[in-house]
Amino acid sequence: MSAQAAAETGKNKDIDTDKALLDVVGDQYLTFRLADEDYGIDILRVQEIRGWDEVTRLPNAPEFVRGVVNIRGTIVPVYDLRLKFSMPFREYTKNTVVIVIRTETPKGNKSVGVVVDAVADVLHGHLIDITQSPDFGRETMTEAISGLATFEGNMVVLLDVDKLVKDDSDDVDEDEEGNQE
Amino acid sequence: MSIDMAQFHQVFFEESFEGLDIMESGLLGMQPGEADSEEINAIFRAAHSIKGGAGTFGFMDISAFTHIMETLLDEMRDGRRDVTSDAIDVLLKSVDILRHMMTATQDGDEIDTDVVKSQQTELERILASDASGTANDAGNGEGAGDNESAPAETPDTSGSSDEIVGWKIVFNPHDTILRSGNDPYRIIRELSELGETEVICDTDQLPDLKDFDVENYHLSWEIRLNAAVEQQAINDIFDWVEDDCDMAIIPIAGASTGASTGTGSPASAVPADSSQSQSADAATAESKPAAETEPAPTSAPAPATAAKQAAKPAAKSGGAKGGGGSIRVDTAKIDSLINMVGELVITQSMLGMLGEDFDMSRVEKLNEGLSQLERHTRELQESVMQIRMLPISFTFSRFPRLVHDLSSKMGKKIELEMIGEETEVDKTVIEKIGDPLVHLVRNSLDHGIEMPEDRVAAGKPETGKIQLIASHKGGNIVIEIRDDGRGLNRDKILSKAIEKGVISDAGNLSDKQIYELIFEAGFSTADQVSDVSGRGVGMDVVRRNINELGGGIEIESTQGQGSAIIIRLPLTLAILDGQSIKVGDETYIVPLVSIVESIQCKPEMLNMVAGKGETFKLREAYLPIIRMHEVFGVENPQSTNITEGLLVVVEGDGQRCGLFVDELLGQHQVVIKSLETNYKKVDGTSGATILGDGSVALILDIPDLMRLARRHQPIQFLKSA
Repeated sequence: MSAQAAAETGKNKDIDTDKALLDVVGDQYLTFRLADEDYGIDILRVQEIRGWDEVTRLPNAPEFVRGVVNIRGTIVPVYDLRLKFSMPFREYTKNTVVIVIRTETPKGNKSVGVVVDAVADVLHGHLIDITQSPDFGRETMTEAISGLATFEGNMVVLLDVDKLVKDDSDDVDEDEEGNQE
Repeated sequence: MSIDMAQFHQVFFEESFEGLDIMESGLLGMQPGEADSEEINAIFRAAHSIKGGAGTFGFMDISAFTHIMETLLDEMRDGRRDVTSDAIDVLLKSVDILRHMMTATQDGDEIDTDVVKSQQTELERILASDASGTANDAGNGEGAGDNESAPAETPDTSGSSDEIVGWKIVFNPHDTILRSGNDPYRIIRELSELGETEVICDTDQLPDLKDFDVENYHLSWEIRLNAAVEQQAINDIFDWVEDDCDMAIIPIAGASTGASTGTGSPASAVPADSSQSQSADAATAESKPAAETEPAPTSAPAPATAAKQAAKPAAKSGGAKGGGGSIRVDTAKIDSLINMVGELVITQSMLGMLGEDFDMSRVEKLNEGLSQLERHTRELQESVMQIRMLPISFTFSRFPRLVHDLSSKMGKKIELEMIGEETEVDKTVIEKIGDPLVHLVRNSLDHGIEMPEDRVAAGKPETGKIQLIASHKGGNIVIEIRDDGRGLNRDKILSKAIEKGVISDAGNLSDKQIYELIFEAGFSTADQVSDVSGRGVGMDVVRRNINELGGGIEIESTQGQGSAIIIRLPLTLAILDGQSIKVGDETYIVPLVSIVESIQCKPEMLNMVAGKGETFKLREAYLPIIRMHEVFGVENPQSTNITEGLLVVVEGDGQRCGLFVDELLGQHQVVIKSLETNYKKVDGTSGATILGDGSVALILDIPDLMRLARRHQPIQFLKSA
């Protein structure tokens, strides 16, 4: 509650810098839908949201890597989150969106586009309760889940974008090198 | 002098690193026993500039260290000391230490004082050794002081009082000082502003009237300044003429007027050092008239040529050590850039006007404008690329030293020849090709060239030869490392490869394929693992590095006569000429340099190996076929029948093969974009580019693609080519 109170005073003082606002209201999450599930990612990691556009396929890439697109001169890979989470593939429609997120890896920042069914909402951290996620076993992307949140009675799975992408570039990298030997 | 000196530091470091390079290459060129005065002078000048600069900027440890080197060099220059290989080695080592000190100072790190100290002792050992015999008859007492370490520098020290009441300044301008625009008289006047002065003029060096040159300066001065000023104040006055004179600033202690002192106390070590350095100069200068009757011919032309020599490599090696920092660019290149941009702006405004009220009647004008735009863009692009081009001597320059050190370590006699050092290469290539080249040269030294006695026994000259050759061939830069050593041992490689499990069976591999095996991981044929090479890590890394640069590597070898490693690199890394091809719905770019020809395959040209491996006969060779749609998993190719599509004959890593594609689209220049920035390397490609319509197309890496295909269909590649 104290956070909310602080938010009220924050509004009154008409804070103009994002950082100050962030200090007051806490984290914000962009939520999106995959099938019937809600997911959320740290909104500061979102670079842009764009409609689905044709991609250039990458040969011999995992199925969830749909290909690469040109975003203002840089080449950005596009992942399908449904396929990444082993959900059934759904044809892309005009509502299908690509969220371009920035991930931080030891090798530097990387941009990645993720295909989701639709973008839903923005959640304010102080309005939701975040709990640790239970261990789902190895099958699911447990380690990419940073927590579970409840918002208006629905469960929102909060994702750690760095880990989400990590095992695609790094692990696969090692595998490939293993093959080469 | 309240100028912020820090702004000049960068320049000082750049120049000093260049100076070190000059010293290094000069020292390497020196032969023990013969004193090439021009050579030594060039080295001496470089050392002197570093010392002077370091002193000016207050890097006292550098200037003190350089001073000792300079003293040694100075004795060599005057012929008072023989040039021994011991001395050269110590000097070379000192150059390394100096480089370390410089780098540390530049980065603001701690200097490893222990190393510096021990090297300093080493230098002093050399200085203290034999030279005395020759030094004494040339010098006049003071000159002999050079041979000993600092405390003995001024033998006439009578008092040890630290209180300084004045300075004795020995000021001996070079005879060229007037040409540098400096007037000794003005300096003396400035000195007199510091306090009461007594000035003694030495006219000993005045030549006969008939030899008199109005532009030369022949007077020396001894100035006694009776004022207890800071030495810095005096140094400031002489700042501008430091390089044009020999001088000594000697403190006069209170107790004993007239006698110089100050070096006895460790507290005054630093000023003592610089005075020591300067008095050393003075001593040698003074010693000259004693040794030689005509001072002018030796001292005047020598520095001039030295300066010229120093200037030439300096201009060439500009920015060598700058790393990512700065490049020195020819002004002409920049001028042409500005011209080009001007043209571009004009074209742009012309097109802008054309667009304001456009109708079909002006299409022709539009086309004309567009083609102009294209031309200007291309020219601009080429000029910008030119800026990134640096002579490969940046990379080559480290090898004389490497070969010198390693060959003496291994007891081999090796001569290094470098050809085509002026070949210009992209800056990125310069940065990345260094380590692979070092590795290859070491290999030649270690494995290639035989021991002198073996060479003689084989009827070859005792001294082995390694050649580094750089040249432009087509759109490529070719770097060759050739040696006249024993060559690669085919059988040894084979047995090793089988032993290490690199291959399972010799089969019917060609010699070339066997040589290629040394690029496989975990391979080394050295009988003994030396610290030079032979750990079996390397050649695979070398190949990977070169492939990363978009290049290829090949081996040629003749048993007993030598071997050659040939590296091909693209001229530039940012842009390449590409041929776009179509497979199914997908577009790929094949680098034009990899394409040999494109053919339509006839049924009678096709052959099968073991029922699977497809090959085709092109003139007298059987080449494997890579089906793009299979290797890259392309859906819906237009045809899977080889005779219906096109075969693009491509070459990579010395092998050729046919790339089966649906059709050829067109040729254009493409800008290479990295896939690794946001993703990772994709096998068979070297990157991606953005096509005119904004979509992305992958650029094929032919050698890598062949390797990928080999994994798909190993049989094809083993039995063919």
